[in-house]
Amino acid sequence: MSEIVGGIFTSHVPGIGTAIAKGLQADPYWKPFFDGFLPVHEFLRRENPDVAVVFYNDHGLNFFLDKMPTFAIGAAGEYRHEDEGWGIGGFKPFVGHPALSWHIIEHVVGDEFDPVTCQSMLVDHGVCVPFELCWPNTDAWPVKLVPICLNTVQHPLPSPKRCLEFGRSVGHALESWPGDEKIIVLGTGGLSHQLDGERAGFINPSYDRFCLRNIVPDPEALTAHDTLDIVELAGSQGVEILNWLAARGALTGSPRELAHNYHVPISNTAAATLLVENRARADA
Amino acid sequence: MARTNRAIPGTPVFDGDAARKGLALNAMCYSFNKAENRAAFVADQEAYMDRFGLTDQQREAVRQREVAAMIDAGGNVYYLAKLAGILGLNVQDLGALQTGTTVEAFKAALLAHGTTERSVAS
Repeated sequence: MSEIVGGIFTSHVPGIGTAIAKGLQADPYWKPFFDGFLPVHEFLRRENPDVAVVFYNDHGLNFFLDKMPTFAIGAAGEYRHEDEGWGIGGFKPFVGHPALSWHIIEHVVGDEFDPVTCQSMLVDHGVCVPFELCWPNTDAWPVKLVPICLNTVQHPLPSPKRCLEFGRSVGHALESWPGDEKIIVLGTGGLSHQLDGERAGFINPSYDRFCLRNIVPDPEALTAHDTLDIVELAGSQGVEILNWLAARGALTGSPRELAHNYHVPISNTAAATLLVENRARADA
Repeated sequence: MARTNRAIPGTPVFDGDAARKGLALNAMCYSFNKAENRAAFVADQEAYMDRFGLTDQQREAVRQREVAAMIDAGGNVYYLAKLAGILGLNVQDLGALQTGTTVEAFKAALLAHGTTERSVAS
């Protein structure tokens, strides 16, 4: 039987990718952020997962506003990054897991979710930066990828409650997958930040701490706010916390925080990393 | 259920109205994912804007490098970031432009929140 070994939640600021490319991990500006990944690396060495299921949002690489899915599930045999318009690049290609993707699709549609299914899909920094953070200095990614993209760009966005329930449905799909893979779940983006408007530069540590405190033991606490509440609390791009909420939903066992790191600022962002182990529930 | 027209101070909400209004501008910016399109824009900005049918408001905002005006014209910041890249502006530059401050002051405001909070379970 497959096993969901845990969850890794992290910011995906493009500048992190640039810092990695320049080897700035020990630079005083970056070190407090990168050091937050030491427990993640130890965990990944110990658990050695086979597949990563990644909840993220696209920033205009694969999806344009002509066709904007609320939830999209990758079902490709391989995924690539491409030029996003401002020079970030050099990310390694990804091997997909189409059989698991279709199992997830069957399951979530059975649960009355209606995702777009993608047999061809580019993945942007929302996937690539977290992979570089989790598995640095590798010639090839040690895990297969199932990317799941949420619309956090064009309102109306899916509600926090819907994202959590969608993630739970994905988690139940993973639990029922007959393969023997070890699966790690990633949720990327956030925490508070805002790039646009007169409030650009907005950061809200009190909301970020609320999320970090509650997302593992009580994710419903985050669903007390609607998406516009979250825009107000976390900034217009801080609403990427929806990806974290979906990923949290996919940890359907008994999750426990192993480590977190909250560091402000990275670029315009309150950056955070959260490592969660997930153990199967005890059944009588 | 009807859309709410809730206003959040200083915060553009990129909704259906903005998406409709901004389609041409955002489509142009999306094209900048390709290096040859970035070069074509740099070579002849007006012709490139013609190709995507930008509105007069959008054209003027682009000509003036007015980020706030681009957003007023329906631009979405994730797409505008690709244009900003051509113009040599990063997200701190964009922030300073929109908040009417210097880049140094914008960065200092971010650093004023500076904190590192860490916990590792035993």
